[in-house]
Amino acid sequence: MNKATPGAVARAAALALAWSLPPAQATQQPAAPQPSAKASARAPAGAPLKATVSHWWTSGGESAAIRQFADAYTRAGGQWIDQAVAGADQSRASTINRIVGGNAPVAAQFNTSKQFRDIVDQGLLNNLDDVAARGNWDNILPRTIIDAIKINGHYYAAPVDIHMPAWFFYSKAAYAKAGIQAEPKSWEEFVAQLERLKKAGLIPLAFGGQVWQEKIVFDAIFALVGGPELYLKIYRDRDLRAVASPAFRDVLVKFKALRAYTDPGSPGRNWNDATALVVSGRAGVQIMGDWAKGEFTSAGQVAGKHFGCFPGFGPRPPYMVAGDAFVFPKTAKPQIVQAQKLLATVMTAPGPQAEFSARKGSIPIRPDVDMSKLDVCARMGIEIMQDKARQLPNAEMLLDPDLNGALQDVLTNYWNRNETPERAQQAFAQAIRDNTW
Amino acid sequence: MVAAPRKRVRAASLSAWIALVPMVATALGAYVLTILWTARVSVSSSRIFPSGDFVGLGQYERLFRNARWLLSLENLAIYGLLFIAACMVLGFLLAVFIDQKVAGEGVLRTVFLYPYAMSFVATGLVWQWILNPELGIQQVARHLGFGDFTFDWIVQQDKVLFTIVIATVWQASGLVMALLLSGLRGIDEELWKAARIDGIPKWRVYLSIVLPMLWPSLSTAFILLFVLVVKLFDAVVAMTQGGPGTASEVPAKFIMDYLFGRANIGLASAASMVLLLTVLAIVAPLYYARHKAMQRGVK
Repeated sequence: MNKATPGAVARAAALALAWSLPPAQATQQPAAPQPSAKASARAPAGAPLKATVSHWWTSGGESAAIRQFADAYTRAGGQWIDQAVAGADQSRASTINRIVGGNAPVAAQFNTSKQFRDIVDQGLLNNLDDVAARGNWDNILPRTIIDAIKINGHYYAAPVDIHMPAWFFYSKAAYAKAGIQAEPKSWEEFVAQLERLKKAGLIPLAFGGQVWQEKIVFDAIFALVGGPELYLKIYRDRDLRAVASPAFRDVLVKFKALRAYTDPGSPGRNWNDATALVVSGRAGVQIMGDWAKGEFTSAGQVAGKHFGCFPGFGPRPPYMVAGDAFVFPKTAKPQIVQAQKLLATVMTAPGPQAEFSARKGSIPIRPDVDMSKLDVCARMGIEIMQDKARQLPNAEMLLDPDLNGALQDVLTNYWNRNETPERAQQAFAQAIRDNTW
Repeated sequence: MVAAPRKRVRAASLSAWIALVPMVATALGAYVLTILWTARVSVSSSRIFPSGDFVGLGQYERLFRNARWLLSLENLAIYGLLFIAACMVLGFLLAVFIDQKVAGEGVLRTVFLYPYAMSFVATGLVWQWILNPELGIQQVARHLGFGDFTFDWIVQQDKVLFTIVIATVWQASGLVMALLLSGLRGIDEELWKAARIDGIPKWRVYLSIVLPMLWPSLSTAFILLFVLVVKLFDAVVAMTQGGPGTASEVPAKFIMDYLFGRANIGLASAASMVLLLTVLAIVAPLYYARHKAMQRGVK
């Protein structure tokens, strides 16, 4: 997702180096349970299918996760050449530059979103229709994911995980200190709990005052308070009347009400520093994506025991779907096309999916995966995903990066300034009008 | 006999021209062509990829309707004025101070110039901590017993820009000091002697005689500072990321955001062109004046 971990560049470079060496022990490994479809795409003996893979997973948990794909690819007869670039924006920019420059990687990471729509429109990606057909993607993938990766009837990306960007993570210790017994069932209960946390001398809401984090919190409130219908009306249909409606005004008001429960140090704070406040019990709750679990885990905390998670209020809150996917730049070289198909097959196969998800903190893209290693929150997520009606695409799947960014600007101004909700409604509508041309 | 030296001169200038060719080619390729390319992209509807269509000044219209862009220009103007003024005053005072033949001059010079040698991406983080109300100066003062001491500019919409001025002045005033010090050292001792004989107070000599004589050093310092202002990016990213909200937004960051994160190179190119034209409009007359002054000086 959006988190950049510059500190890990060196480690990533070292990893990249290590992985670019010929896989010595790989050939001696016994044939582990492999995806059945892989046989048809297997490389001819003696010539490993080289694949340069560009991605931005450089933090500890992330690089451990993508290593699962690398190992699985090596076992399937390929040779993985890791090209990690720290920072999602930088990584995508480097991929696009390399595509334009004629030196495209074999596979490159994007979010499961509209980020790669322009590249598809320019005809610069190979499609994965045969991999998708063999893997039965039409039937096993969630609708929201298919909508993001299937363009004009063709599959242009291999989804590798599902992230839910709007979890509520709370510290059990802080909740106990404030005398809160249960998770909130409604917005009103949630606000009452924040009030109690405040009275107990804690930071009620651990908040990272960066634009993208403000947007995540807003979208969570939008989907929960405004409801999926209004959410889709605005983000998908760009309905300006809905933007002007009292219902949307109410969403904005409730979003801003949270500001009273943040601390003065929140502006500019990194997401993981905000998570650390919850880990240490100084803050009560944080609204953040499931990648935050990595911070809890590395502090030795266990989901359900030291910290709790809930995806929203009420009996059936919507589950916001986001995630990562790999695209495969166009080439006619049969070796590379073969490598791309093998990569797509391996990354979406049940075995590597289980190993990857357990380390990444996400949930697998398909239901037929061994879930035993996943934590309580991930299992809750999988259960919710079975109810298709609760799946809700995140904003990036519905908006192109430009408009999404313009709306971030509007929201950050509203959050940080003394601005009326009416003014924010107007700015919201203006941004939508300006970015449609 | 008369023709020979002239021929030699011509040959020498020819070889000089040949030696310049790689530089000229690089300048044309790396600067002029890319500027032309940016100008072309800025009148197209390009998003992720450069596209060849022509939308006239559409991107520029959109740019000047964009509240964030207008705010970033305004921020840059305020920041630029404060930053350049503070650096000039502070740098001049430091230079005068060191010029008093103080003990340990070498050490002091290094100390004052040192911040300029460090990347702001590294020191910006430290500044962010120093100014953070929960970690830095405010917290320390409160622990020391000043219960309601408040210094939280970095989280205040209307003051955050000043924190960036403070931090970057810390970084760049040493540079001004070094430039002005070399200028001061170039001033003839005789002048000081004459002033002492006439009984003119020292501050008056500095203000009325030395300062005007430092004009070339001052204009060099100004141009260097001005360049720092226009390309202001790393300090903002390291300290505030443009926040809170968009309060410390600057044009360079706007351009980078639209270029990469928002995949809109058309709008980013239009913004770059506006920035380039602004710089030319301010720096070009200054260069011209400096050039004229230098010529007069030589004569």
